[in-house]
Amino acid sequence: METVKEKKTETAKKAIIKISGAEAIIHCLLAEGADLIYGYPGGAIMPVYDELYKFQDRLTHILTRHEQGATHAAQGFARVTGKVGVAMATSGPGATNLVTGLADAQIDSTPMVCITGQVARHLLGSDAFQETDIIGISTPVTKWNYQITRASEIPEIMAKAFYIARSGRPGPVLVDITKNAQIDEFEFSYEKCTGVRSYNPVPKPDLKAIEAAAALINTAKKPYIVFGQGVILGEAEAQLKALVEKTGIPAAWTILGLSAMDTDHPLNVGMVGMHGNYGPNVLTNECDLLIAIGMRFDDRVTGSLDTYAKQAKVIHFEIDPAEINKNVEADVAVLGNSRETLELLLPLVNENKHEAWHNEFKKKYQEEFDVVIKNDIHPTKEGLTMGEVIEEINIASGQKAIIVSDVGQHQMIACRYAKFKQSKSNVTSGGLGTMGFALPAAIGAKMGAMDREVVAIIGDGGYQMTIQELGTIFQNKTPVKIVVLNNEHLGMVRQWQELFFDRRYASTVMTNPDFVKIAEGYHIKAKKVSQRSELKATIAEMIASKDAYFLEVSVEQEDNVFPMVPSGASVSDIRLK
Amino acid sequence: MKKQWFTISVYSENNVGLLNRISGIFLKRHINIESLNVSKSEIEGVSKFTIVVNTTEKWTRNIVGQIEKQIEVIKAYYHTDDETIYQESALFKISSDLLFDERQIQNIIKDSAAQIVTVARDFFVLAKSGRRNEIDEMHDQLKPFGIMQFVRSGRIAVTKSEMRISALLNEFYQDK
Ligand SMILES: Cc1ncc(C[n+]2csc(CCOP(=O)(O)OP(=O)(O)O)c2C)c(N)n1
Repeated sequence: METVKEKKTETAKKAIIKISGAEAIIHCLLAEGADLIYGYPGGAIMPVYDELYKFQDRLTHILTRHEQGATHAAQGFARVTGKVGVAMATSGPGATNLVTGLADAQIDSTPMVCITGQVARHLLGSDAFQETDIIGISTPVTKWNYQITRASEIPEIMAKAFYIARSGRPGPVLVDITKNAQIDEFEFSYEKCTGVRSYNPVPKPDLKAIEAAAALINTAKKPYIVFGQGVILGEAEAQLKALVEKTGIPAAWTILGLSAMDTDHPLNVGMVGMHGNYGPNVLTNECDLLIAIGMRFDDRVTGSLDTYAKQAKVIHFEIDPAEINKNVEADVAVLGNSRETLELLLPLVNENKHEAWHNEFKKKYQEEFDVVIKNDIHPTKEGLTMGEVIEEINIASGQKAIIVSDVGQHQMIACRYAKFKQSKSNVTSGGLGTMGFALPAAIGAKMGAMDREVVAIIGDGGYQMTIQELGTIFQNKTPVKIVVLNNEHLGMVRQWQELFFDRRYASTVMTNPDFVKIAEGYHIKAKKVSQRSELKATIAEMIASKDAYFLEVSVEQEDNVFPMVPSGASVSDIRLK
Repeated sequence: MKKQWFTISVYSENNVGLLNRISGIFLKRHINIESLNVSKSEIEGVSKFTIVVNTTEKWTRNIVGQIEKQIEVIKAYYHTDDETIYQESALFKISSDLLFDERQIQNIIKDSAAQIVTVARDFFVLAKSGRRNEIDEMHDQLKPFGIMQFVRSGRIAVTKSEMRISALLNEFYQDK
C-alpha cells in the first residue's frame, strides 16, 4: 500500500508520526466525511471518546439517550442524505443495544457503520467485564463485520467498512475494536477502499436482458410498474419518471419506494401491499406485465405468492442477484444499478398512453375514495382521524416535509396520505417494523437535512419505546416536529384482535401518561389537540415553529386501517372494510 | 420440487467469521448440512468450502445466492452428484482378535479395497475412501463383527465442468 503519508515522509525524512488507534479512528471517520456521529460512551470505548473530545471542533458526536437511539438516528441521517450513518457504543450492553438498529438497517438496506469497543485482546474469551461476542451476535444482521485486535488494522478495516456499507446494495457494517487496539500507537496512513476482490457490488448490465425487457414492455397491453427503494438508493428517480412518462405505464410504490416519484404525478397510482391502495393491489392480478424496479417482493407486498400476478410476465430490475427468483420467478431479470439499467432501457421502449388500462386504476381509486379515503381525510364523525392529521400536515408544510413514521396504524396512514414532491423524504421502518424507530430517526433526519421540515408521526405505543430521545432533542436544540397520534391503544395489534381474534384486546389497551408534561419536562414546546376546530391552527403553529414542537392529537380509539390484505390472502382479496 | 443431493462449492477469502455466516444461512432455513469440508483450493490464499445438502433445487439456488452475497465469498456453485467426482473417507477401529479369528473380515478388506492403517495389540484401523454408499456397505458388512469406533469425513468433490475462479479474480484486477 503506497500512501500519501509515506510519500511525504520520503521528502521530510524521519517525520514519522505515530498516533493511537483511538485517534486513528477519528482520522478515518473524517477521511470518510463522517463528521456527525451518534453514540454512547462506556469503559471499552473510552479512548475513542477521549479523542472525540479533542476533535470536537471537527467531528460532532451526538449523545443519544440509548444506543438503539444512536442507530436509528444514524439510519435517519443515512436515509435522507444517502450517506453512511455512524453509531458508536461501548462493549457488552452498549453493543447489544445496537442489535435492533443493525437488523433494521440490514433489512431496509441502509448504509451504516457501527463501531463498538471491546475488552482488550488478552481478555477475549475470558468472560471479562462487559465482554460480549458482538461479532457472533451481529453476524446475521450485518452486511459485514470485523473485530480489530491490533491498532495497525484500523485504517484498512475502517476504509473497507465504509466502502462495503455504501456500495452496491447498502447495509450495516459493525467494527468491533479491542481496547488495546485503541490505545496502542502506530504509524497511520489512510487510503480509501475502492474494491474488495471477492465482492461484486454492482453487476454489469446485460444488454440482452434489457432488450428482452424492452420487447416485453413494447408488446404488453396492461403493463404495470411497482418500484421500491432501489430507485432511491440507485438515484434513478429521473429515469423512472422518464420511463413512466414515455411509456404511459401506471406505477405504484412499495412503502420504501415512497417519495421516489411525486405522489401527485398522474401516473403514480399509489401504494401496493397490505394497507396499500385498492387498485394497485387488485390490478396486480390483472396486468399482463409486472415490471418490478428495485423491490424485493416482500410478503407484505405480495400476500399469498400462490396467487400473486400468476397471469403476468415479470421483469425484475434488481441490484442484488440473490433477490432474483427468491419469491417471484422473473421472466426477465435485469441485474445492475437501477439508474444505469433504466438509462439503457429508455431509448428502447416505445411511446404509449395505455389510457384504457389507466382508467381501470382511476375507477378503482374512486371506489376506494368513496368507501375509505373520504372518511379518512375528510371525516364527518366527531372523533379525529389519523388521516385528517396527515392531510393537515400536507397542507401546512406544502408537501415539502420529510415524514418520519414509526410502526403501526399511524405509519400506514402516514404512508397512505402523506404527499411528497422530493425523493428521500419518507423515512420509516419497513422490513423490520421497529416500534421506537421514528423519534431517534427524526433526529438524524433533521441533522441530515437542516434546511427541511422534519415531522415525526408516532403512535402512543412506539413513542414510549424511545421517548428518552426527547433528551437528545432538548440538549441539541434539534428542531424536529413530533406528532403523537394517541388512540390509547397499540392500535395495529388491536385492529387484528378486532378482526381476527373476536375483539379480545389482550394487552393492547394503554394507560398513558401526560405526554405534554413529559415534553415540557424537556423544555420542548407542547400542545394537545382533541377538537377538530383546533387542529388546523395548531398544526400550522407547529410547522411555523423554529424550535422543536410536540403535538399530541387524541384520535378515535378504535379506528381501523383499510384497505387491508389479510395476512396470507391474495392481493385480489383486499378488503375495503 | 423433489429433494435431491447437492454439492455446494464455495470459494472464499480466508476469514474467521465466514463459517459462522455461512452456517447461519442454513440454520435460518432449517436446512441440515449433511457434510462440510473446508480446505485450501487450487488458488493461493483462497479457501474452499464443500457443503452437501439434501433439499430441493429451489432452496439450493436460494442458499447459494445468499452465500455468494457474503463479502468474503468469491463465488459459490451447486452441482448434482452426476456433475461431480466426489469422495468421502472413513476410519473403522476394530478389535485385533477379529483380524485373525474371522476369515470373513479379511475378505471384506480385500473386496472393498480398504487400507489397513495400523495394527496394534488390541485394535487395528481400516481406512476406506469412496462414495458414500460404498462406505455404508462396508460399514454394514463389518457391523455384525463389532466396530469399536467409526468416523466418516465430509465430502470432497471436484466438478466435471470448469470453475473459473482465477479468471474472476483476474477480472477484478483488470477493472482496477
Ligand atoms: C419493537 C416492536 N414490538 C412489537 C411490535 C408489534 N406491533 C406492531 S404495531 C404495534 C402497535 C403499535 O401501537 P402504537 O405505537 O400505539 O401505534 P398505532 O398502531 O396505535 O398507530 C405493535 C405492538 C413491533 N412492531 N415492534
